[in-house]
Amino acid sequence: MYETTYHRAGSVADAASMMASAEDGKYLGGGQTLLPTMKQRLAAPTDLIDLAKIVDLHGISEAGGAVVIGAATTHAEVASSAVINSKLPGLATLAGGIGDPAVRHKGTIGGSIANNDPAADYPSALVALGATVKTNKRELAAEDFFTGMFETALEDDEIVTSVSFPVPAKSAYSKYPNPASRYAMAGVFVAKGADDSVKVAVTGAGQDGVFRVGEMESALSSNWSPEAVAGISVSSDNLLSDIHGSAAYRANLVTVMAKRAVAAAG
Amino acid sequence: MMSKVTMRLNGKTVSADVEDRTLLVHFIRETQGLTGTHVGCDTSQCGACVVHVDGKAVKSCTMLAAQADGSDVLTVEGLANGDELHPVQAAFRENHGLQCGFCTPGMIMTAVDMIERHGAKLDEKTIRHELEGNICRCTGYHNIVKAIKAASDQMAGMKTATE
Amino acid sequence: MGVQGIGARALRKEDKRFITGKGRYTDDMVLPRMTYAAFVRSPHAHAKIKGIDASAALAMPGVEAVLTGEQLVGDGIGNLICGWMIHSKDGSPMNMGAWRALEPETVRFVGQAVAVVIADTQGQARDAADAVVVDYEELPAVVDMSAAMAPGAPQLHPEAPGNVIYDWEIGDEAATNAAFDSAAHVTRLDITNNRLVPNPMEPRAALADYDTAEEHYTLYTTSQNPHVARLVLSAFYNVAPEHKLRVIAPDVGGGFGSKIFIYPEEIVALWASKRVGRPVKWVSDRTEAFLTDAHGRDHKTEAELALDANNKITGFRVKTVANLGAYMSLFSSSVPTYLYATLLSGQYDIPNIHCNVKTVYTNTTPVDAYRGAGRPEATFLVERIIETAAREVGMSPAEFRRKNFIQAFPHQTPVIMCYDAGDYNATLDAALKAIDYDGFPARKSEAASRGKLRGLGLSCYIEACGIAPSAAVGSLGAGVGLWESAEVRVNPVGTIEVLTGSHSHGQGHETTFAQLISERFGVDTDAVSIVHGDTDKVQFGMGTYGSRSGAVGMSAIVKALDKVEAKAKKIAAHLMEASEGDIQIEGGELKVAGTDKKLSFTEVALAAYTAHNLPEGMEPGLKEGAFYDPSNFTFPAGTYACEVEVDPDTGKTEIVNFVAADDFGKVINPMIVEGQVHGGLTQGIGQALLENAAYDENGQLVTASYMDYAMPRADDVPSYNLLTTETICPGNPLGMKGCGEAGAIGSPPAVINAITDAIGNNHLSMPATAEKVWLAAQPGLSQAAE
Repeated sequence: MYETTYHRAGSVADAASMMASAEDGKYLGGGQTLLPTMKQRLAAPTDLIDLAKIVDLHGISEAGGAVVIGAATTHAEVASSAVINSKLPGLATLAGGIGDPAVRHKGTIGGSIANNDPAADYPSALVALGATVKTNKRELAAEDFFTGMFETALEDDEIVTSVSFPVPAKSAYSKYPNPASRYAMAGVFVAKGADDSVKVAVTGAGQDGVFRVGEMESALSSNWSPEAVAGISVSSDNLLSDIHGSAAYRANLVTVMAKRAVAAAG
Repeated sequence: MMSKVTMRLNGKTVSADVEDRTLLVHFIRETQGLTGTHVGCDTSQCGACVVHVDGKAVKSCTMLAAQADGSDVLTVEGLANGDELHPVQAAFRENHGLQCGFCTPGMIMTAVDMIERHGAKLDEKTIRHELEGNICRCTGYHNIVKAIKAASDQMAGMKTATE
Repeated sequence: MGVQGIGARALRKEDKRFITGKGRYTDDMVLPRMTYAAFVRSPHAHAKIKGIDASAALAMPGVEAVLTGEQLVGDGIGNLICGWMIHSKDGSPMNMGAWRALEPETVRFVGQAVAVVIADTQGQARDAADAVVVDYEELPAVVDMSAAMAPGAPQLHPEAPGNVIYDWEIGDEAATNAAFDSAAHVTRLDITNNRLVPNPMEPRAALADYDTAEEHYTLYTTSQNPHVARLVLSAFYNVAPEHKLRVIAPDVGGGFGSKIFIYPEEIVALWASKRVGRPVKWVSDRTEAFLTDAHGRDHKTEAELALDANNKITGFRVKTVANLGAYMSLFSSSVPTYLYATLLSGQYDIPNIHCNVKTVYTNTTPVDAYRGAGRPEATFLVERIIETAAREVGMSPAEFRRKNFIQAFPHQTPVIMCYDAGDYNATLDAALKAIDYDGFPARKSEAASRGKLRGLGLSCYIEACGIAPSAAVGSLGAGVGLWESAEVRVNPVGTIEVLTGSHSHGQGHETTFAQLISERFGVDTDAVSIVHGDTDKVQFGMGTYGSRSGAVGMSAIVKALDKVEAKAKKIAAHLMEASEGDIQIEGGELKVAGTDKKLSFTEVALAAYTAHNLPEGMEPGLKEGAFYDPSNFTFPAGTYACEVEVDPDTGKTEIVNFVAADDFGKVINPMIVEGQVHGGLTQGIGQALLENAAYDENGQLVTASYMDYAMPRADDVPSYNLLTTETICPGNPLGMKGCGEAGAIGSPPAVINAITDAIGNNHLSMPATAEKVWLAAQPGLSQAAE
């Protein structure tokens, strides 16, 4: 790791002003992706601004048909939250399957979505559930937030403060992990909204990160059952292809995981 | 950039000036001389470095010492009560849950955290799943799983006995 | 602990330090004024070095020195060697290219060291290593072994035209061809044995300390064989004379072969510590380990098996190409020859075998021994083609094997080995019973009702271990003898230290070896210390690899114990005025048979050291040493039965039952033996399902971290069902065969035989990833997964 200067922010405003005075700063959430990247000397921020101790960024609350998760809430907290397990079971499953127990104790939802790794799990949930990302500057719909592989609409000094999820009627997540990294090779989040609208979002497989599968959404809208998606395959044209799985194999996994997610959602 | 980092380490307050880029594992191993916590990979996957920070298992190679400033840190050296081994330590020995010993401290710290979270509900499938972040090349996991199950059963029994 | 002899499931003496964080590994060692080394490594698979500019690095904070290959060669440090001479079939010696610890001219694999930075802290050393500017002229690289032998391929070493290191053969070609000419059935199979990275959890490390006053070096390092390291560092690399070099291998976190070899980093650390006048520590990170630890396996083979009309095997014809990487590592030449082709008879009575092996250079990390070394390659080949043949002729794979088993011992194979003892029906029967072979069809249809494809695969492995008779291996080209040494020191108070040339890096020698003494003298295992891993403490020894610590290392201890016992009996007889022949050792006492006269072991030991009343002419003391040179290899063998369920939707394989029935001869500590098998099985299953060192066409290792190299995790493997049968090995005093490698040797073919049985397609290469299995399970595809 290259040398860096560590700052611990006490508030969101505090963090933003630290960033303003840093030469090439980075916000630090749980650090479970950023620190390994820095250890490999693939990132060299001059300053790290730690958001983890900002009280306002923590916590899970439910109000007005939505569940709001503070950006510094860890995956373990999401996975074990009673509110999430009852209102967003698919999200609890998803958070409980990120990395491993030690990673889940540190990694945060804000850090994960701000990084937008194409194999990360959360983006699929945000898109499928129609979540709203709140920052210190504005609110963004999930689909506007994720703009491509490792890219988001966030400005350099912008801080994700919370994510708000409308409570769906049904939701579930199913992923096929990469056998080495255990990141998603294909992860499918299915959600049926309170208004019966259906969204299917896929992570791990797309070259540009998370994407929706319209054909599956229409099929599920008229027939919410695993069989409805069993015959639908996504085109492998824009899918990732690497030593762990070809685009064709990932396309197959998308169908299989979609089927399993619908079955799990009940 | 150098900063002063202070934490409770195995129940004792320690403090040192370290570079901001110092990882918690290096603070523990090099600054504090507690070499039971190991480094086995660069990508946060092997789990040889697992310690508890404020009661939760974390990978000390994926955390800056500065992030743990003000925290309570427990390493494998702080687990036994004097000469009395922690039940998980004893179970690893009794079940031959270790060979070369390198992954062992991280395995034990992961196991303690796992048992604390799951209580007596631990079955083989759960144990194997919960070990996703700890790699062992010697034991084939068979006896590690056995050891954790045995410790979990024993600790559940101890809890029942005190209730 | 009490008296715990042969056969006791004694808990390990060494565990307390490991479970409390008190193990002492090389990276835990700290010396005053210690510096840190960081290597500058080639990012290219093949390139000329046109210049190295260290000026910026030298100006950075904390930097003591930047050293290059030119300085290393200038100081007379010798080239790395391969210690086993193989001759091609035309009689010419193998073509070995020069390998320098720091390369001054041409780099030949990604990660090869070209310079080293020595600095006050590890961070400073790494910062400065990044600042060393190396001017490379890239050369075309070749990574595929067949491509390397093709005309016009990039050439790695001038010493090896066509990149061929040797073209070797074993067996009677004419007789084997004749067997094929008259065969009723011929089974053909092309096999790839995937390249693996050993991955002991402790990365390699070295801490070198040069004492200017004594002109003496100390090296703490992660070695399986510290004496061999000292010998090679001294005799070939000219680092220091042997008596001025102490090598300490303290607690070592696993080896699996990869810590046998003496690598550039250890050489450079020693050399640099003299250059800078301070101790130098180097610790590999995991990516460096992937790039520089010797890899394993990497064979391509075409094989044919000839059967007569009664389905008896009459001939086996094998052509193998083995990729040795960019340089010949220390024992690399022996692995695809004498450790491989000599096991091609398997457990079977095969009258005619011929095998041709070509080894080639490629622009990849050097390849050498990895758990099993040659024997897993042989076993995979034999057990895959046997299974295939059985399927082709429509026989039950179990009965086909049984029909062709060797039944009588000793058995001379056509490929050098003479098997001394075994009972292959016994392990096969035990495994079939344990896995409920007869009940499999019912389980398969039950699985089908759940949409799963269930399969059962067998593997009847044999290995040669307990390496090895020195004269025999010497005649085959080995540069060393493969005996072992021991010294047994009985202290005046009766406690015992055993100094062994074996090295424990997870095997539990401190316990197992102590059990041997406890058994012999009836003393508490707590009264016994096993000393190993330090050339200043222990007499020359050969170290631990090839499952040799029991059969060879413990045999040396037995020889020393015989001498101690004989002397103790003489002393006891003298003191009790009895005949030496009447003295019996029992429960820690020396007794005169048929009387109540006795002395404690402690009293006899004390008498040996006070020397007030010893037999006429006897030297004081009670300490004896021995060297043991085995008379033959040992031949552990067994049957592994693997049952899998494949999810046809994803191709994911789940191992639902795994039975291992092993014959290891006499077992000292069943608990430790089981642990060895568990670990070996998991490594073998890792090879079969997950692990693969993959290079891109430019020679970049694309699996250089755990993000891409799939290590077996706890949820990838089952709990195992282990059984043992016992035929005593006649070749050593304890009747032991060895157990360290069997799991890794026997399991891969069992897994692949099971999956191919499940999916009904015999074409499947390792690792059988979910994608490959998914493809191979598609109806109508037969070659897709190759």
